[in-house]
Amino acid sequence: MIRKVQMAVIGGGPAGLSAAVAAASQGVTVEIFDDNFIPGGQLIKQTHKFFGAKQHLCGTRGMDIAQILLDRCTQHNVIINQQATVTGVYANTLGVLYPDKFEEVEFKSLVVATGASENMIRFVNNELPGIYGAGAIQTLMNVFGIRPAQNVLMVGSGNIGLIVSYQLKQAEVEVECIVEALPQVGGYQVHASKIQRMGIPILTNHTIIRAEGNEQEGVTGAIISEIDKDFRPVPGTEKYLSVDTICLAVGLTPLADLLEQCGCKMTTISELGGRVAVHNHYMQTSRPDVFLAGDVSGIEEAVTATLEGQLAGLAAAKYMNIGNPLIIQNKMNEILIQLNEFRDGPFGEKATYGSQRLLKEYSYE
Amino acid sequence: MKDDIIICRCQDVTEQEIVDAIKKYNLSTVDEVKRVTRAGMGHCQGKTCRKLVEQILSRELSRPVSADQYTTLRPPTRAVPLDLLANAEQSFDKVVSRGRGGHNE
Repeated sequence: MIRKVQMAVIGGGPAGLSAAVAAASQGVTVEIFDDNFIPGGQLIKQTHKFFGAKQHLCGTRGMDIAQILLDRCTQHNVIINQQATVTGVYANTLGVLYPDKFEEVEFKSLVVATGASENMIRFVNNELPGIYGAGAIQTLMNVFGIRPAQNVLMVGSGNIGLIVSYQLKQAEVEVECIVEALPQVGGYQVHASKIQRMGIPILTNHTIIRAEGNEQEGVTGAIISEIDKDFRPVPGTEKYLSVDTICLAVGLTPLADLLEQCGCKMTTISELGGRVAVHNHYMQTSRPDVFLAGDVSGIEEAVTATLEGQLAGLAAAKYMNIGNPLIIQNKMNEILIQLNEFRDGPFGEKATYGSQRLLKEYSYE
Repeated sequence: MKDDIIICRCQDVTEQEIVDAIKKYNLSTVDEVKRVTRAGMGHCQGKTCRKLVEQILSRELSRPVSADQYTTLRPPTRAVPLDLLANAEQSFDKVVSRGRGGHNE
């Protein structure tokens, strides 16, 4: 017997949890499939308070927001399957891998909220032990309480690079410097100023060209260099840094593999991080029973992921004719206004351009 | 240590190997690079190296990589142990035959 659920949600981060709660509040039976040991996605690693309005749970620490969303799931009888990796989406069935079994789950509607994967860059010896993605550093530090390094070179000055540098300093780890390939800092100025006040230099037009070390000791140093406008190293500007860890925070790519597999129309928009599924305002893809929310729909951050999740959950309920369609439509309109307000605000500028292009492509269908 | 850069960590494929393969076999798509070098065929199924291979291809061919040069994504996205698959109530064959599968069907 194939297990059947009304709505399946892939991913238990801010987008997936919000989608589940929004749909369940309309009477939909929802199950979440999350591949981690602890649900909450990236929120569980965020020890800082979020910027934005109170109604979006901002002013609260990320890890506490995760708990609030998980409590709401419990209130609405949302089932969260942990260590449940979705390995494929077929016609209307998921293949789900657990540590001890593989099962099929049939769905009436699906919300894909798989988030993103971290980008990698090319430099000599980039496979040495001691080279981490920023997400791994945060997991070690903020989830497991392990001091991950003594002194770090941070690559990338987007918000993740800036916030993780700050968190490393809080854990009494030295951050030698932050290198940024672009001519300007990528993240919010408020984060960058805080970092510079702590005495961490941010070197723009710089990148790492080589890691030093060996298999036994791991990283023992890094060579950075100035780069020209075509991102080519400028000879003679190399500098050696004595560090034991290199942290890469060089952007994210939407984890859209499952959407592509199950037949959703895809497009490539670099502002959103790469290949993304074309969707409408209500987060519905070209496959009417498949919805998406969060970073998988284009790289943004937790507030927009939460709002998109709510939209996707409500839209899925409406698609299945569950709940009152007028009430749902009103709620969706309210959320859309909030989403646009947030994106137009000081903390949401980046992805708006990409989102508009995505919607434009959808309307040409 | 040689100044070669690992691109696919799962399958230990270096940048030089990919560049050599592109030149030797006239490769122009990520799938062709994958089939010749195994870059992207390991545990993570190209999640780390896919973009890097696209960058290398675009540099070697002196043009941006377009949609028809991307790799085709097929299930499973992660390795599934055979004993778990065998114990699943429905066989994987049935799942696949019911599904839409990849682009080629």
